[in-house]
Amino acid sequence: MSLKKVHDEQPKEFKFSKENLKKAEDILKKYPEKNKKSAVMPFLYLAQRQNNNWIPLAAMKYIANFLSMPYISVYEVATFYTMYNLAPVGKHFIQVCTTTPCLIRGADKIIKLCKEKISPKENELSKSGNCSWMEVECLGACVSAPMIQINDDYYEDLDEKSTKDILDSLIKDKPLKPGSYRGRTNTSPEKKQTINGGNHA
Amino acid sequence: MLKKEDKIFQNLYNEFGWEIENSIKRDDWKDTKNIISKGRDWIINEIKISELRGRGGAGFSTGLKWSFAPKEVGSRPHYLVINADESEPGTCKDRDILRFEPQKLIEGCLMAGFAVNAHVCYIYIRGEYFNEGKRLQVAIDQAYNKGYLGKNACGSGWDFDIHIHYGAGAYICGEETALLESIEGNKGQPRLKPPFPALVGLYGCPTIVNNVETVAVVPTILRRGGKWFASIGKPKNTGTKIFCISGNVNSPCNVEEEMGIPLKVLIEKHAGGVIGGWDNLQAVIPGGSSMPLLSKKICDTITMDFDALIENKSGLGTAGIVVINKDQDIISCMARIARFYKHESCGQCTPCREGAGWMWRILDRVEKRKATFSDIELLSDVTKQIEGHTICAFGEGSAWPVQGLLRHFRKEIESRCREEPLIKKKSNNPYLVDQHLLENKNA
Repeated sequence: MSLKKVHDEQPKEFKFSKENLKKAEDILKKYPEKNKKSAVMPFLYLAQRQNNNWIPLAAMKYIANFLSMPYISVYEVATFYTMYNLAPVGKHFIQVCTTTPCLIRGADKIIKLCKEKISPKENELSKSGNCSWMEVECLGACVSAPMIQINDDYYEDLDEKSTKDILDSLIKDKPLKPGSYRGRTNTSPEKKQTINGGNHA
Repeated sequence: MLKKEDKIFQNLYNEFGWEIENSIKRDDWKDTKNIISKGRDWIINEIKISELRGRGGAGFSTGLKWSFAPKEVGSRPHYLVINADESEPGTCKDRDILRFEPQKLIEGCLMAGFAVNAHVCYIYIRGEYFNEGKRLQVAIDQAYNKGYLGKNACGSGWDFDIHIHYGAGAYICGEETALLESIEGNKGQPRLKPPFPALVGLYGCPTIVNNVETVAVVPTILRRGGKWFASIGKPKNTGTKIFCISGNVNSPCNVEEEMGIPLKVLIEKHAGGVIGGWDNLQAVIPGGSSMPLLSKKICDTITMDFDALIENKSGLGTAGIVVINKDQDIISCMARIARFYKHESCGQCTPCREGAGWMWRILDRVEKRKATFSDIELLSDVTKQIEGHTICAFGEGSAWPVQGLLRHFRKEIESRCREEPLIKKKSNNPYLVDQHLLENKNA
């Protein structure tokens, strides 16, 4: 269960854009007509993408009307799931996985770098105004640990140097490419790789 | 060791391309029509012969599960739901299937859907796998274009549609009933069982929920025969399995191997060995974070299958192996897992909601050397009060790793406790009772 604060300054109105209205119609087709409530999660995603990666209360009311369900049910869903941001986040939203498999491969170093380079506290905008970071639970890329997610993309097999490069590139607004930063093919085993300073065959 | 030709997921590392043309070269969608024409009972029977056990953690017999779906479709339609909400720390196998072997999953969905009388299938993907979901949607569209899905799918006479539904970062939605709640547009809080989803599931209709890997191996089993699958591995623990080896190993990787392979062989052969050598091994979590860890002594000889691990008071779970060597602080590793469960508890049942945080706070104290000796008993008591007292298996999932730590590393914990217990007089009351109240007769 997530503990999240709703943002102080809320826009008064929210409406799906024309493009998103069409997407919404397509989403509704996926579910049986009498169960259109199912579309609440995809709709919240649509609203989040339309509104700079966060969901205002007005959007929840709009979706509640759209799907003829009580506003509180939408609010309940939006606050239960951690991926719905209820307050603004940076344009480059960095999520650092710190669960055990990442932790034992040095996720704490990445956290330290985020504190140095982005902001001392989680969920705070950086000085440049375009980045924010937060600690998250397992992102499901454990064999590529440590890793971070920036918006939709996974950056894997990191170390201090590559993390520094990635964070710098975000601050400059020219993000580096996602993927493995040790140059391996997906999740295949590497041959003769030096890890954690040790040399192993 | 698994022979190369027996590997089901040939494209696990995307060496041969994931698009439908490439998958067809790897024999996907071959004879699908013929197999389906053999009928429902033949398919379920063949899966029963293969002794396939669900790959999502519980290890329930897949053939048996399918046979629970009502034989005839009544007034309510049937649904097939695929659980791709992979969030167990240490597990990342489904991600590779979604990215690189999507056609195996899609074909498996059609066969499974036919076997359980379902015309509609929902694939529930965790929200973080946004790119993987996009990839799967492209693969689904490719299958539609070839006529493998939709009306009269693959010429089988069966209409079949697949839809993707994204989760939004809740671990609990990997529990099947919470997953159904989530698709219905509610908070992901598990339902009481029974009724089981096979009779009352999605929208109150009969629903079969299967893991991605379980369904993705089905087409190969049906093509090559249940006996072939049963000949790999050990009796009752048959077939191949994708193992995810992460943590302190030289080359962490996903690898498909036969069930019942010795853990040591798996780590040394495929993952390049433990960092600092086998003697530097401290502990291994064998099946994702909710399975109790194993000490080095057990790791020397253990084989990786459901039954051998249960004998050693652990479990295969999702086969996400986390290797922890002696350079790590085992208490802080487990405290982090306890924090994970505290964060992910859905809050429905009190023992889990309160207990998960409680366990984390105690382990945190132990890690910082601020715990008292009485905390150890308290910790053990809390795990037992959670276990078995919750609606879903999350309670066990959060309590078992702590119990494993207490079982194998009690001395380590004791060495970090510094103070004598606050209440010195021993009594037989469980620790959850406020002892100062009991001792005061006027209370």
